[in-house]
Amino acid sequence: MTIAEILADPNLLPWFIPVAPLLAFFVIVLLSNKAKLVSATSAGYGGHHPDYEGTQVPVVKHWSRVVSVWIGLIAAVISLILAGSVVLQALDQDQFGIHVFADQIAWMDSGTEPFMMGVLVDPLTAVMLIMVPIAVLMIFIYSVGYMAHDPRQARFFALISLFAAAMLTLVVADNLLLLFVGWEVMGLCSYMLIGFWYEKKSAYEAAIKAFMTTRVADVVMLLGIVYLYAITGTLSFRSILYDASVLQLLESTPAIIFGSWGVSAAGLIGVFLIIGTVGKSAQFPLHTWLPDAMEGPTPVSAMIHAAAMVSAGIYAIIRLFPLLSAGGDAHHGHYPLPLVFLVVVGGFTALFAATIAVAQNDVKRVLAYSTISQLGFMAAALGIGAYISAAFHLIMHAFFKALLFMASGAVIHGMEHGAHHVHSHDHSEEEHEAEQGHAFDPQDMLNMGGLRKTMPVTFVTFLIGGLSLAGFPLITAGFWSKDEILADAWYGLSHGYAGHIFVFVMLVLAAFLTAFYTMRQLGLTFMGEARTEEARHANLGQGLVSFTMTLPLIILAFFAILAGYVGVHPDFPLLGSIFSAEYNPFFRFVGATLLEVPEKLKFDTIPVLFSFGIALGGIGLGWLLYWRKPLAAQQEDPLIGILGLQLHTLLKNKYYIDEWYRWLFLRPAHWVAHVVTDRFLDRTLIDGILHGIARVFVWLGDLMKVLNTWLIDGVGDGIPEGIAHSGRWLRRIQTGRVQQYLLFVVAAAILVGAVVAVTMASGS
Amino acid sequence: MAMASFLGLDPLNSLIILPALFAFIVGFLPQLLRLSEVQVRIISRWLALGFSLLLTWLALDVFLAYQADGPSFQLVVKAEWFRLLNASWHLGVDGISVTMVLLTGILTPLAILISWEVEDRASMHLALILFFQTGLMGVFIAMDLMIFFLFYELSLVPMYFIIDQWGGPNRKYAATKFMIYSVGGTLGMLLATQLIGLTGGTYEIQKLVQIWPSFTGDGGVFLGISHSTVKALTFIGFFLAFCIKIPVWPFHTWLPDAHGEAPTAGSMLLAGVMLKLGAFGFIRLVIPLFPDVWISEVNLLGFVTNYAGIFAFLAVLGIVLGAFAAWAQNDIKRLVAYSSVNHMGFVAIGLAVLALVYSQAWQEGSAAQLEHAIHAANGTVLQMFNHGLSSAGMFLLAGAIYHKTHTRDLREYGGFWVKAPIYGGIFIFTSMASLGLPGLNGFVSEFLIVRGAWPVYTWLTVLAMVGLLFTGAYILKGIRAVLHGPFNLRWRDTQLEIEWREALAIAPLLILMLFTGLWPNWLLPTINSSIIQYLGG
Repeated sequence: MTIAEILADPNLLPWFIPVAPLLAFFVIVLLSNKAKLVSATSAGYGGHHPDYEGTQVPVVKHWSRVVSVWIGLIAAVISLILAGSVVLQALDQDQFGIHVFADQIAWMDSGTEPFMMGVLVDPLTAVMLIMVPIAVLMIFIYSVGYMAHDPRQARFFALISLFAAAMLTLVVADNLLLLFVGWEVMGLCSYMLIGFWYEKKSAYEAAIKAFMTTRVADVVMLLGIVYLYAITGTLSFRSILYDASVLQLLESTPAIIFGSWGVSAAGLIGVFLIIGTVGKSAQFPLHTWLPDAMEGPTPVSAMIHAAAMVSAGIYAIIRLFPLLSAGGDAHHGHYPLPLVFLVVVGGFTALFAATIAVAQNDVKRVLAYSTISQLGFMAAALGIGAYISAAFHLIMHAFFKALLFMASGAVIHGMEHGAHHVHSHDHSEEEHEAEQGHAFDPQDMLNMGGLRKTMPVTFVTFLIGGLSLAGFPLITAGFWSKDEILADAWYGLSHGYAGHIFVFVMLVLAAFLTAFYTMRQLGLTFMGEARTEEARHANLGQGLVSFTMTLPLIILAFFAILAGYVGVHPDFPLLGSIFSAEYNPFFRFVGATLLEVPEKLKFDTIPVLFSFGIALGGIGLGWLLYWRKPLAAQQEDPLIGILGLQLHTLLKNKYYIDEWYRWLFLRPAHWVAHVVTDRFLDRTLIDGILHGIARVFVWLGDLMKVLNTWLIDGVGDGIPEGIAHSGRWLRRIQTGRVQQYLLFVVAAAILVGAVVAVTMASGS
Repeated sequence: MAMASFLGLDPLNSLIILPALFAFIVGFLPQLLRLSEVQVRIISRWLALGFSLLLTWLALDVFLAYQADGPSFQLVVKAEWFRLLNASWHLGVDGISVTMVLLTGILTPLAILISWEVEDRASMHLALILFFQTGLMGVFIAMDLMIFFLFYELSLVPMYFIIDQWGGPNRKYAATKFMIYSVGGTLGMLLATQLIGLTGGTYEIQKLVQIWPSFTGDGGVFLGISHSTVKALTFIGFFLAFCIKIPVWPFHTWLPDAHGEAPTAGSMLLAGVMLKLGAFGFIRLVIPLFPDVWISEVNLLGFVTNYAGIFAFLAVLGIVLGAFAAWAQNDIKRLVAYSSVNHMGFVAIGLAVLALVYSQAWQEGSAAQLEHAIHAANGTVLQMFNHGLSSAGMFLLAGAIYHKTHTRDLREYGGFWVKAPIYGGIFIFTSMASLGLPGLNGFVSEFLIVRGAWPVYTWLTVLAMVGLLFTGAYILKGIRAVLHGPFNLRWRDTQLEIEWREALAIAPLLILMLFTGLWPNWLLPTINSSIIQYLGG
């Protein structure tokens, strides 16, 4: 088959979408990542790294930096083109939900039926194939500038290329095993990238935390995958999710554990798989890794929070929805176990994380908690069966959250620039730090203020992203997707379904807080006057860095406004007839993914009014507190006065959950490992027994010796003399020289060989 | 096969005889030539490398000659040997042994390449490595119980000397512990071997597995003892020997000592291949010889189970406690050694599933859980191969850093990634293979084992997941201690980057780890067909 034929075949093309960034990873790692040695104190190796007196450290060579960046960018563009081509063909395809693009090969021969590995593009994959490559390319472009002075930029591009490849693999996977491969490779990439500045304690600890926390969930997910495979004999999505008899089988089989409690196999598998998502998408109680993941360079945060990683978790449960809802019908108030689990976890997390976000002062941490909260929205939406709304919010969120992270990265970069400016002009660094009492934190919003003046483009784009997150009515993407979820919840609420009621209440409160903390963040960062000297000089400068960091912001800002119009309800006053004249395009396209296209909800004004009210109310409150009278230098956050110091401290410290976990899990595990397993079991008990046995034998040997001595003395010298003779002779053999030992061994082997040869000869 | 046929031998005989012959040449020839010490060293190194590569070629040849859709044992050699005992020189390979032969063939030249760093009595060291291969190959291709036993014991000798003569500071203790423990374990096996051979009138393994399981002695009594007691005793003889070798918890404490003190090449081969002798012994002997014992009920303090259940429980303890113990280590080689306890625990639970289902099938003619056992057994054999790659790789890397810093204490490392970027990348890659990252080799086998074990030993599999979680903990601890953190200025003037020779030695492992992870079907059909035949499918 020629390349042209492959490229023309939409069934084969999906295989190649992840290949370009994967190849980019290998090419950069093996060929183009070349470093030169420089003095550790030189400017090329400053910034995030401690100074090593008198040592030579590697810094990427200029050509290597340029080539590696280009390789990464070209790979991202190729992925985008391939994905775009697949999507365009998908849009042309008649009844795409049924006539999907798919291809399979036999991958693993175990048992009588081989395991089939393949790719699948159905409508859900297609929308992911729009979002992921665009977000990835934006992040890559941004990283050109953001990492321009990092001594390891080539390695960085290798790793984010692998990250992108893993995410794209996950998206095009046609089975749960390949999805899991992408899932875990992303876990590795996030570990590597969170710990990218690995010399910093906070960075490598955050990396380990991220990997281990998600691994807690992943081992459970593995059990879910294994169980599903054991029952159905396949892991292919279409053979399981689109086959009513398989779902029926799963739903009617009692689970292998907890089956006596009425849990079905589908229920247990569903919960196991959702736990995987709880880890990956940072839902309570496994959310703690995500805020710490801010230790990575900002493009990584965008990658984790928007394009990949956390989106993957939600994508997986959207993908698996038919399995999760098997035997139930959330639309009519029948929630099977996995959906109940999603409702509780998602609804709770949405509000819980929003309350924490309110009291954070780190510009990226606010966003981190907002991600957790927004993912909770999606999980809860799925729990009440709002399949399409969850997918819609996933895509919209990815766009505006990528934008917000990169904009906050620009802010941080600007602040660092400002700090650099201040230091080089006023004092030496040590003096400055001594003056302040601590190192300057460029991420602390209390150190900012007034940045709209020096960083206008960042301000406008950040504002657009923020309003979209807040759900500013009618003109932002976030409004449309959030509104869809609330409409779904409202529908169930009006029918008195408990799950819907819970979700509606939690999400309304969370959405209100979201709008508020977004305004707080914008106000603290951009409004008023600069609260520090650094903030006064904060800017991105001129040239390539500024350009590559600003361009993605502008592009994504368009998406953060316009993308939402693909999913407007046809009956929405005025706008419905403009954007969804015949039908709701997003609903129609993605809905076709399911075996049964979900029922269309009637347009209802009440949830829309709620959406208006909470968004505007939260924005208004934030405006009152942080825009009307912006915070002045040294002034206390007005929130402390409102919430009271105790509550504020509790929120600021994230309910002390990290501390709880340290006491409940980490320390006991450490104790079990060091004290119980290593010291007691292995070194004391088992080895103690072994040494005890050895001692008994040594004692027995000594006893024999003593007995022998008596015998020798008693019986006479004749026989003992002979023994002594042979002993002396034997001692000569035991010279301790291995050559001789070996000689004997080999001689013995030859002897054996000779016997063999002779007997063989005589036998035949 | 050209080499083998040149000597007028067939491939399987060559696998046994040639390594010993080469060992003899490498060990003694250069010294007979009256050269200087340096010259002897150089000649013996290149000679050993060349010979071991020939053996790799031979092993590959055997692997390729094996037909997955052919009879269960192929390339069979049979000759009369020890007529008095009815033992015969009977060799042959199935899909399981051919995989192990290939693994041994791959690892030996890499171990020899790593042994370049040994300067003291280099020719002897290399000769012992080659001779070790004779023992390993002999076990894997033996079809006669006597031959199996002979080579099983023979493989101990060179490894003992490798540890005892070229090991670390505490080598005498480690080598003695290793030797006494292993020999002690095989004592029972020797008696059991004699007993089985005596009753069966033959040492042919294929015949014994037909005769021995239904053996009831003379009206239920044999040598004045009830046959079930005889069975149980012979079972325990084999069981203990192989449990020590794998090693199954709690028979594992020799391993960290032996590994900690062994020279790098010794550790590579010890973890890479020698531990597999134990698992292989289970597959070849203990499971098919004792189906009745495996499923006979055992009452432990009121808790009724069977031997397969006990074995599965010990296996899971190995997974969990192995991971915890590895996490607690501050000695890099002991950490990697305990990782073997953890990983071989997965092998052991796969074996337990196989033992249970095989025995049920033997008793009832068919088994409901056959499919699970096939997956578990495929995973087990593949895990044996995969662990061979990753543990050898990890020991190579641990040895590389030890060789340069002369300390194994993790707390004295730190931030090496700055000075050794290539080493760092390789270290992370190998660690991830060891951790079982999907996309690399270890995941495929662990997935299959968990797939097979879950429906059979469900709660134990759940418990094993705790071990899998802490696998992550100790792997990340290793990466953190070696590579991350601020660079420890103590090593400012030390060359830490991986050397060409080391990189060359690990490169084949890296390629195989990735390739097996992406395309397990280059190997799996070979294993799968034999496992299906094994289970009578």
